[in-house]
Amino acid sequence: MLRYYFKLGLLSIRANPMLSALMVAAIAVGIGACMTIVTVRHVMSGNPIEHKNDVLYHVQVDNWNPDEPYEDPNLPPVQMTYLDAQALHDAGRAYRQVTSFKAMRVIQPVGEDARPFQEDGRATTADFFPMFDVPFRYGSGWDRSADETEERVAVISSELNAKLFGGEDSVGRSITLNDENYRITGVLDTWNPVPKFYDLNNNPYEAPAQVFFPFSVAIAGGFDNSGNTSCWKPIEEGGGRAAFLNSECIWIQMWVELQSAGDKQEYLSFLDAYVEEQKQLGRFPRPLNNRLLTPAEWMEDREVVADDVSVLLGLAVLFLVVCLLNTIGLLLAKAMRRAKDTSLRRALGASKAELFKQHIIEAGLIGVAGGLLGIGMTWLGLRGLENVFIEYDFIDNLVRMDWSMVMLAVALAIVSALGAALYPTWRTCNITPASHLRLQ
Amino acid sequence: MEIGPIWRAMLQNKGGYLLIALQIAVTMAIMVNAIAIMQERSIKMARPSGIDEANTFGVVSVAFKADIDLKALIDEDLDRLRSLPGVVDAVATNSFPLRQGGWSEGLTREPESGTSDSSSAIYFVDDHGVNTFDLVLLEGENFAPEDIVWDADTDDPWPAKAIVTQALAADLFPDHEGSYLGKTFYFDESNPATITGVVERMQAPWPTWTGVERSMLVPMKREDEFVRYVVRTEPGMRDELMPRVEEMLAQSNKSRIIQYLQTVDEARKLAYLSDGAMIKILTFIVILLTAITGLGIVGLASFSVARRTRQIGIRRALGASRMAIVRYFMIENFIVSSVGVVVGGMLAVGLNIAMVQAFSLTPLAWYVIPAAMVVLWIVGQAAVAGPARRASIISPAIATRAT
Repeated sequence: MLRYYFKLGLLSIRANPMLSALMVAAIAVGIGACMTIVTVRHVMSGNPIEHKNDVLYHVQVDNWNPDEPYEDPNLPPVQMTYLDAQALHDAGRAYRQVTSFKAMRVIQPVGEDARPFQEDGRATTADFFPMFDVPFRYGSGWDRSADETEERVAVISSELNAKLFGGEDSVGRSITLNDENYRITGVLDTWNPVPKFYDLNNNPYEAPAQVFFPFSVAIAGGFDNSGNTSCWKPIEEGGGRAAFLNSECIWIQMWVELQSAGDKQEYLSFLDAYVEEQKQLGRFPRPLNNRLLTPAEWMEDREVVADDVSVLLGLAVLFLVVCLLNTIGLLLAKAMRRAKDTSLRRALGASKAELFKQHIIEAGLIGVAGGLLGIGMTWLGLRGLENVFIEYDFIDNLVRMDWSMVMLAVALAIVSALGAALYPTWRTCNITPASHLRLQ
Repeated sequence: MEIGPIWRAMLQNKGGYLLIALQIAVTMAIMVNAIAIMQERSIKMARPSGIDEANTFGVVSVAFKADIDLKALIDEDLDRLRSLPGVVDAVATNSFPLRQGGWSEGLTREPESGTSDSSSAIYFVDDHGVNTFDLVLLEGENFAPEDIVWDADTDDPWPAKAIVTQALAADLFPDHEGSYLGKTFYFDESNPATITGVVERMQAPWPTWTGVERSMLVPMKREDEFVRYVVRTEPGMRDELMPRVEEMLAQSNKSRIIQYLQTVDEARKLAYLSDGAMIKILTFIVILLTAITGLGIVGLASFSVARRTRQIGIRRALGASRMAIVRYFMIENFIVSSVGVVVGGMLAVGLNIAMVQAFSLTPLAWYVIPAAMVVLWIVGQAAVAGPARRASIISPAIATRAT
């Protein structure tokens, strides 16, 4: 019987080609609009380090102005001072700890006529690579001992390796950054976490750094921070670089890895004790306000999903509603037009349940067709967005469709079509037998 | 006249008509809110930056060798740039409006104040700043060459003079009337500055910042490996000069790289890219939505005509004119549309209130609602015109046939 209903459904769809096309197109366009925005939102709100979300924490301590919080309502600063980052790192109370900041470097390729160029660099500590599961093509990160001895070592991205060394294994070779030589300890494999959770300042969707070097080397060399620096208290006048390092300015991102979720409380107590100790020295004028947030919580806190995307999502959902109302109206009209057939079938003994099955299968077919076409529409929508945002060099990170989104599109289409079919089908099932058989 | 019978006939098939009315209502809610957002964005995009956008570009020099004499390099670069034919003026600074990256400072009216009274973008310039940015001085005067200090030559982090925008002066001294010249504000307790000039307008580098109109020029040159030159050219000379400037700077000293060559026009495009994109996306959504709703009305009206073929034939046989048949469908659609746009108006306002609260958008302008109503009425009437015309040519002879 089900096969027969499929056949009936196909026949009915073919009997009204324009109308069926309109219904399929409406569902497809609605699904396409919704899924385009849902896909972008899915990528924007993704958590590239989800598998370690329960052990990684972004560290915040509140060294801010006694008279006003860093951000309402009483939120601690989003970055850390050098003083605190260094002290907390050296205390080594977590399983792993990372202090880092963005520092642009000029790379000088070997060769007479090779032109130097600037790249995004990141000053960080040895734990960065194992902590964030950074994949290596060749070699590895540097040892903790390199941090201590301020050894000039570097990890480079696979793109930079291709540019400088033609993609060969360059471990052990040398790279010149701002006129200083660094020994390469590792070459990364493709690594492009979106959002760039470990540093959400400026642009959370930009490509990761091309070259990594020890935090201690950057501090000793006086490398400028290329990210954000915020200060609430004037830096001691005439003190130069040392005064900046000793200031209350925040510019460093700090992360720790704990071995189990239970260690969080312990680490928080350690932070509180540290701040209390600093209060004795006249720092930290605000009440205790330290925070440990997981990557997911941190991205939520920093609102990495742009407001515009949420606005568009709301409008796209309403758009889908319009498309579905359209489909309901058309299905209803179609059902009413076939009232005569239906009442004949009822008169010949078809039960309401059988009629329901027949019509819901027909709607399901339209839903599947709309869903498949909707995937195409989503693809077109994403290409459209890519085009509109072509000047953003990170846009291709955001307009990627994965299988979960494809499945969601089909599921949404079928659920929508079946939902849309309920009312017309119910009206159909309630047609009384033989009521439409008399001559009009 | 005919509204009564048409209305009563419609009540026989409430479900179908309610569905279209609802569809029109939701369409209207989306349309109105999309237009409100588009209006907000285009107003934002139309704000002038205050500088000569069409003829200005920026370029960055990054010195990467330790033994370089930065002061000499910057002064030589400025001489080279200013003496280049076609260049009106040039300045070494940290940023420019629309660039989306820069320096901001909290400011106070009193030396000992815990919280800041205002905040401002900072542009470090020499005595060529006002001319390079083509600013309009409302009062006071430009910096003199002897006002300019190198940051490395002084222990004071801030000079004692500043040229501020009108908006910054008004925000710092809200109760003050008359001239702002000579008023003093503080970067911090030991660093006061006196206002020596007020310019009409110069935006901060961040167009998304609520304080975007607040900025100031500070007479200081910074001895830094990273320096941004802003160059203003004669009208029409910009594109020709840019590659020449790049080449000239690159050739003059090999211990630095020249990059981030960017016109202010490009910076503007990038700064407002998401607003422009939002307008494009919403326009597309509104057009698509109107098309779908229009097509839906066509489809339903066609059904309705097909179902009532015999009735229409009977009416024609009884003497109804073709116009009367067309009018019937037009009025029917007008009633449905009216219910739709009235409900839609309410939905639109509700949705707007919710969005204003959640995303701090600007509330919609009242006239968008009647405008959208008119548009949807017209769309409805246009959509129903085809099926109505087909209904009107149904032959009266149909009435005599059994179906």
